[in-house]
Amino acid sequence: MTEAFLSIQHVRKAFGSTVVVQDFNLDVAPGEFISFLGPSGCGKTTMLRIVAGFEEPSAGRIVIGGKDVTNLKPNQRNIGMVFQAYALFPNLTVAQNIAFGLKVAGTPKAESDARVAEMLGIIKLPEFADRYPYQLSGGQQQRVALARALAARPKLLLLDEPLSALDAKVRLSLRDEIRQIQKKLGITTIFVTHDQEEALSMSDRIVVMHDGHAEQVGTPFEIYNRPATRFVANFVGTLNVLDGVVIDPIAATVRIGEREITLRNGALGAASAGDAVSLALRPEAIVLGRQPGRDASLSGQIADVSFLGSVIRVKVGVGQNAVSLDTFNNSSAQPPIVGDQTEISFSASDLLVLH
Amino acid sequence: MRTNRAVSWVLLALGCLYFVLPLIGMVEFSLRMRRGVYSLDAYWVVLADPKFQSTFAYSVVVGLLTIVVGIFIVVPTAYWVRLRLPGLRPYVEFVTLLPLVIPAIVVVFGYIRLYNTSSFLPLTGSATGTNILLVFGYVMLALPYMYRAVDTGLRTIDVRTLTEAAQILGAGWGTIIARIILPNVLLAVLSGAFLTFAIVIGEFTMAALLNRPAFGPYLQFIGANRAYEPAALAVIAFVITWACMAMIQIVSRFAPKTSSRSN
Repeated sequence: MTEAFLSIQHVRKAFGSTVVVQDFNLDVAPGEFISFLGPSGCGKTTMLRIVAGFEEPSAGRIVIGGKDVTNLKPNQRNIGMVFQAYALFPNLTVAQNIAFGLKVAGTPKAESDARVAEMLGIIKLPEFADRYPYQLSGGQQQRVALARALAARPKLLLLDEPLSALDAKVRLSLRDEIRQIQKKLGITTIFVTHDQEEALSMSDRIVVMHDGHAEQVGTPFEIYNRPATRFVANFVGTLNVLDGVVIDPIAATVRIGEREITLRNGALGAASAGDAVSLALRPEAIVLGRQPGRDASLSGQIADVSFLGSVIRVKVGVGQNAVSLDTFNNSSAQPPIVGDQTEISFSASDLLVLH
Repeated sequence: MRTNRAVSWVLLALGCLYFVLPLIGMVEFSLRMRRGVYSLDAYWVVLADPKFQSTFAYSVVVGLLTIVVGIFIVVPTAYWVRLRLPGLRPYVEFVTLLPLVIPAIVVVFGYIRLYNTSSFLPLTGSATGTNILLVFGYVMLALPYMYRAVDTGLRTIDVRTLTEAAQILGAGWGTIIARIILPNVLLAVLSGAFLTFAIVIGEFTMAALLNRPAFGPYLQFIGANRAYEPAALAVIAFVITWACMAMIQIVSRFAPKTSSRSN
């Protein structure tokens, strides 16, 4: 990794006796798009507000561009921020909103006007310069908020759940737009969200947060396919959890129900023979019936079948466990029938051992 | 049902008569200065009186100063209480309500005792000092109206997020209050300002006891010495008060629209 542009070092934040963020460490490379992902109350917004300067950390340091900004006020940090509630100034037009930061910084009017025009072009709203915020839709307001945050060419862009207040369709198009603009300008960005799909689709790296600390930091691929903890595995994507017993830790063999399955080498870590382990399997890694190339299989009974249009979700009871899997809807084939005995197969290497 | 409606209308008419009849009587009396015909003589006499002009001008200036000082005190206070000290809100509200329960005469005697010529701050020792004292006294009298108006205005905007949005864009506290908060609560401030003006223009107790040449004491002086002119003056004072109320209604039509359209 290149030298960190933003460095969050051992940050802790407590409100009275409640610890909201604990020993948070993160290095963000220049131009990187990082998402803080986690459920409500996990401390992701508090962490973002500490970076912005709205909250003072109880301990730790924030370094931006090699400069310790921990004790600087928000207006001294040269950061752009987009809020969930848009936060456009109702008394100012779109152009005046975008120019606000430039005016505060004393930018000459000609330069400010040119920058506003450039920003309006980037957000594709050049004809909306003279409108007031109340005359815009939610999506348009958030684009203006983004332009306002970027107009003063900040060193860092913070996005605090900017898509949460928008409807699904606008959210989808705006998230692509935000990512495109971020890539085009190459600005280091932190994006706070509780929506895993947003985080997975937009980020270079994701920080999954839980109870105030970073549970796992990794690329979307790593977070989804190699979750480091049970929490990450459960929070990101749908997951089937199977209970197993370690047979041979060196050979990485476990028993699930009546079958013995060999995992990839070292998957069991320091477990001993006879230990109970939780194994996770993504629905897309499982197929109904035996299939060539899948080296592991379990037998069970179909417990439930849900028709979802293009796919059919099948729930199979395997011993004490229930396993969900999706099969494509094939109009010429008979759908699975509840109560039928069946086999499910998968690659043992897709099994994740949850710690 | 029909009987109920009729009773309602009758009660409304009686209520209107109760309030309107004395006003009609006063207006009618103010027009009877010239014997046998209605005329505006009483109004011309009053308006031509140099004392009327000077006292009215004095009260207008004091009223405007009261509004300016009031805005400087109330807007930052209400803003800060909403932003950082929400727990103090009930106490601040209580303090702002005190002028409604403490009579002006008690306050003004307190002022005279505190700020007399032998005190640490002898404001009553000079005309300018007494004028300053009067302005601050009026700010205090108008506090319940001004604070409530501004606080209601602040309730309509997301104070915290707007403040943070301005801060992150580099703005300091002065810029935030002057360019973001004040313009967004301007109509509420104007409502408070018109109420303040209406209170100041006819106030008697403080101005009389501090011996200032204000419109209130002039009204009382004319009332005690003339026949038709006091009625004309009362009508003028009413018109000013009503004009202030009408202005509140007019400016509220231009309230900034803060709600967003849906997608």
